[in-house]
Amino acid sequence: MTCDESEVLLHALLDDELDAGHARDVEVHVAACSRCAIQLRQFRALHAAMSTTDLRFSAPASLRARVNAVVPATPYPVPNRRMLLKGFALGSMLSAAVAASLVITVIRPDQDQRILGEVVSAHLRSLQAEHLTDVQTSDQHTVKPWFNGRLDVAPPVVDLAAHGFALVGGRLDYIDGRAVAAIVYRRHSHVINLFVTQGSSFGQGATLKTVQGFNVKLWSEQGLYFCAVSDINADELQEFKEKFEAATRPGAGP
Amino acid sequence: MVDNATSDDPAKARRFRDAALPHLDAIYTLARYLLRNPADAEDAVQECYLRALRHFDTLRSPAIKPWLFAILRNVCRTEYARRSVVQLRDVNAELDKAEEAGPLWGEAPETPETTMIRKLDAATIQRLVAALPDAFREVIVLREINDLSYREIAEVVGAPVGTVMSRLARARSMLRAAWLAAEGQPT
Repeated sequence: MTCDESEVLLHALLDDELDAGHARDVEVHVAACSRCAIQLRQFRALHAAMSTTDLRFSAPASLRARVNAVVPATPYPVPNRRMLLKGFALGSMLSAAVAASLVITVIRPDQDQRILGEVVSAHLRSLQAEHLTDVQTSDQHTVKPWFNGRLDVAPPVVDLAAHGFALVGGRLDYIDGRAVAAIVYRRHSHVINLFVTQGSSFGQGATLKTVQGFNVKLWSEQGLYFCAVSDINADELQEFKEKFEAATRPGAGP
Repeated sequence: MVDNATSDDPAKARRFRDAALPHLDAIYTLARYLLRNPADAEDAVQECYLRALRHFDTLRSPAIKPWLFAILRNVCRTEYARRSVVQLRDVNAELDKAEEAGPLWGEAPETPETTMIRKLDAATIQRLVAALPDAFREVIVLREINDLSYREIAEVVGAPVGTVMSRLARARSMLRAAWLAAEGQPT
């Protein structure tokens, strides 16, 4: 590899965008070329300085109000629930508003429960079918690029071995009929499956649930939805979530 | 999908809200960097959401964020190009000019390469990024601040991934030079 090639590719290396073969080529070149090594070090420092500083802007309340006016909130549940609601309302004196809120509170958990069931099934499948990982390595720089081209999300992958959660690998899985990233960790002899998707299939809000004896922790951040499943206890799973969040957003503001 | 895409369709509006509103801060951030003016950025973001809702049915990929960014970038380039306060030019023309001009201000040759990159405060970094030419500023913001992959950036700016890589390499070189210069100055 020449310095000219390395000058462009070292950026892809530090952005985790290179496949393993090209990453090795750049690393071999950088090991032998002090000029490119300095470049890589400086650009890594630049990248680190920018990712640990909050350079984002928050939309002011006035803008939030304007955008809300563009897309007014609707009190309606999704169509199939509405049809159900019509059936109820016909034979009763319930006002539409009361019925709507009733249907939302009655039906939402069923939907969420179904997803949780699927998540736990996926976790069980991964333990039983000798198919825990598609890519098996404790190197986060191998796992993250592996998902490129297989998914429309780039899930954050960090090794948390220092905190007692060792990265085992990654896998493609399916929840609610959609491909999701499964990042696999081990805590002693226990397996943690961390499912990552972009759609809101996992439901809103950060919650801890117990399904069929497994603990399931849900949260979302920066447009991605996370769901961690394991047989470790709730406190350890909470600790896993906190370490993962801290590692993926080092020093960043809210 | 069952609905047939009228703008007053509540199910569609609801899906749009769920998908698009969580990205408001990210969209606003890009608008601030592209337009460098808070009032213009607010107008552009509102217009972006209007257009996005109108064309929500044409969204085929489940990844809505790059799609919203692309709409915003389009709004910024078409709607605000003529405003005197903003100096947005055709990005590709600007790029040709920048490349013909040879080494850019303070780029690599004079840079003492052993110098360490130190941390700067957020306001200073924002100022340095804002000073980059459009074509380079947008790739830096999409990569370093909005955390998009190369493929997503390519989708947003409508250029091949290879072009994104070379622009990003150049953008970082320019930013590094400005960064090292700013480190030397009292703030």
